[in-house]
Amino acid sequence: MDYSAYLVPLLLVSVAVFAMGKRVNVYSALTEGAEDGLRVLMRVLPALVGLMTAVYMLRASGAMELLGELLAPLLVRLGIPPETAALLFIRPVSGSGALAIGSELMASHGPDSYVGRVAAVMLGSTETTFYTIAVYFGSAGVSKTRYAIPAALIADLTGFMAAAFAVRLLFG
Amino acid sequence: MAMAWVWTGMVALSVVYGLLNDTIGAVGSAAMEGAAAAVELCLNMAGIMCLWSGVMSIMKACGLMDGLSRLFRPILSRLLPRACRDPETLAALSGNVSANLLGLGNAATPLGIRAAQRMAAGTNGRASDELCTLVVLNTASIQLLPTTVAGVRAALGSGSAFDILPAVWLASLLSVAAGLTAAKIFSKLWRG
Repeated sequence: MDYSAYLVPLLLVSVAVFAMGKRVNVYSALTEGAEDGLRVLMRVLPALVGLMTAVYMLRASGAMELLGELLAPLLVRLGIPPETAALLFIRPVSGSGALAIGSELMASHGPDSYVGRVAAVMLGSTETTFYTIAVYFGSAGVSKTRYAIPAALIADLTGFMAAAFAVRLLFG
Repeated sequence: MAMAWVWTGMVALSVVYGLLNDTIGAVGSAAMEGAAAAVELCLNMAGIMCLWSGVMSIMKACGLMDGLSRLFRPILSRLLPRACRDPETLAALSGNVSANLLGLGNAATPLGIRAAQRMAAGTNGRASDELCTLVVLNTASIQLLPTTVAGVRAALGSGSAFDILPAVWLASLLSVAAGLTAAKIFSKLWRG
């Protein structure tokens, strides 16, 4: 199971060599992209400060735990760890909010723990559904969205269940 | 505005609950801790985020995105047959899917919007079945390298930040399949 140790170095070298073969200025493309990455971070930082403050407060007050406890019977039946309850609610609404809750889960349970991994897979395999719907339908001038929202939410719920299932399957 | 309600609600709930449970002292110090943790997390993941954005930009520069786009055309013409009869919509669609796969959100959204606008032309604001399918495809987008999440894991000291990749792919595939199936079923049953 050590394939991921090869992934990063092999990907780096093969992309660089392939691009050199195509006469691409690899280094300037790399630094330009890195600048883009910095812009993304600058955009996400203010939102993250606001949301992580709120998430830490919720957690310290005990309300987050209560939410998990209330939903535990249902979530356990779906195979979803109850600790991730808050993540399920914020994920379709706010990308940076989900990142705040997800990283708090990874920090408090450990990034390589079961809950930490499930939170990471949930973040990686779902989207900010309502934002996406608003952007696409809004710019296309569509007001009757019909079944797009329920279908997208079914995809999200399946993604959450599949995240827990995939982590159990692949990490035992 | 929605986020204003969410944020205020979260803060109000924690203060009320903190007062009731006598955890208000912890709530106060947690606020400071949370704000500091946000900056710390960003700093810790800045390196890996910038590195992967750089790698993605090399991939784009050497035509990998165009290659992927060609790969997706046959699948897309099956999924969205009517939209794909228009070559320009097809080009935007396949670019949208491949940019999503590479995690190039900044490239994916404008292409997707262009496709959506062409598909919505002359429908009087009512989403067609194919437009719903496109939106579902984008809300459940599959990403080959979820670099932000890997960045967070690396920042928090994970032994192998990318070891979640197969799990992410599996979960994304299942979620896209469920979304598309639901859209297919709803398109037969939905009134209006």
